[in-house]
Amino acid sequence: MIILELFLAFFRIGLFTFGGGYAMIPLIKSEVISHGWAETEDIINFIAVSESTPGPFAINMATFIGSTTGGVPGAAAATLGVVLPSFLVILLVSRVYDRFKKSRVVKGAMQGLRPAVVGMILSALISLGFEVFKSGEYGGIMPSVIGVLIFSVMIILALKKKSPILIILISGAVGIISGYALGM
Amino acid sequence: MGDAVRKDKELFLTFAKIGLFTFGGGYAMIPIMERETVENKKWISGEELLDIIVIAESTPGPIAINAATFIGKKVGGFFGAVCATLGVVLPSFFIILAVSYFFEAFREIKVVRYAFWGIRAGVLALILKALYSMFKKCPQDILSYAIILLSAAVVLIFNVNVIIVIVACAFIGIISSALRREAK
Repeated sequence: MIILELFLAFFRIGLFTFGGGYAMIPLIKSEVISHGWAETEDIINFIAVSESTPGPFAINMATFIGSTTGGVPGAAAATLGVVLPSFLVILLVSRVYDRFKKSRVVKGAMQGLRPAVVGMILSALISLGFEVFKSGEYGGIMPSVIGVLIFSVMIILALKKKSPILIILISGAVGIISGYALGM
Repeated sequence: MGDAVRKDKELFLTFAKIGLFTFGGGYAMIPIMERETVENKKWISGEELLDIIVIAESTPGPIAINAATFIGKKVGGFFGAVCATLGVVLPSFFIILAVSYFFEAFREIKVVRYAFWGIRAGVLALILKALYSMFKKCPQDILSYAIILLSAAVVLIFNVNVIIVIVACAFIGIISSALRREAK
């Protein structure tokens, strides 16, 4: 039954993700974490893995969570679930392509959807931030301080359009060095 | 018949290549998609690709899937759409399946734990960067800012389901753009 649940959860994620990629994060949080299929920490770790492996973020995420939750059948069900809504919607839209492009209703909906997606990613970022920057199992204030430092420097690199993989590599290296230095 | 099969195979292989050589997905995919489908294969024109991107942004699901389905449908009908979509999905699917086993095996090692602790802070910066790019694409007016703040607040504080927020904001967008047209 977990296979069917994975399929349905990722079908919903695929159907309500507008803008692709990071726009999925709020939905992943609500569908995956609420089912107990992954912890917040796993999701953030996996965003890094997904940025460093080829292919669309959504597919990577679905395959990964499907696989860790339900093995190969789980991975297949979750991936099929996330792909199917886009596939079907585009098949329909390609018939009414020109009307869709000019549709006032679609344009109007996007005026509301774009800011909504921004707002929801903002809320996800805030709650993920609390999770990442709390010192947790390591104790003391130093882990939080270093975490905030890494975050701040990486924002500068990201705004300078440095590649996500470079940002992940540097953050990982700083994590290793400070981990051993602090004896966490 | 032989011709159609050859075309389907070509669609599959081209989109497998696109899936295999893009990291991070989404917009990172556009340059390679342009080179393969517009310049090399001449399946669509550059202008059509831009249209596809606009449509992908206003339909649910990952932009890579939307584009693959659309181009596949145009070139090879329903089976073309299936082949192109499978092409863009399958490389990631198998890579991530392999990665997920390694990930489970290595995650408890100390140095990996330290690395991911740093990486999580870096990933937050990547999310913030994505948030900023999406914010720039929103309409810059009071309504849009209000939607951003309200949708962030209802999700973060009142735990409202993100799907409800998405549907509600799409309606707000449709109604407000209709009212603006009336006012003109």
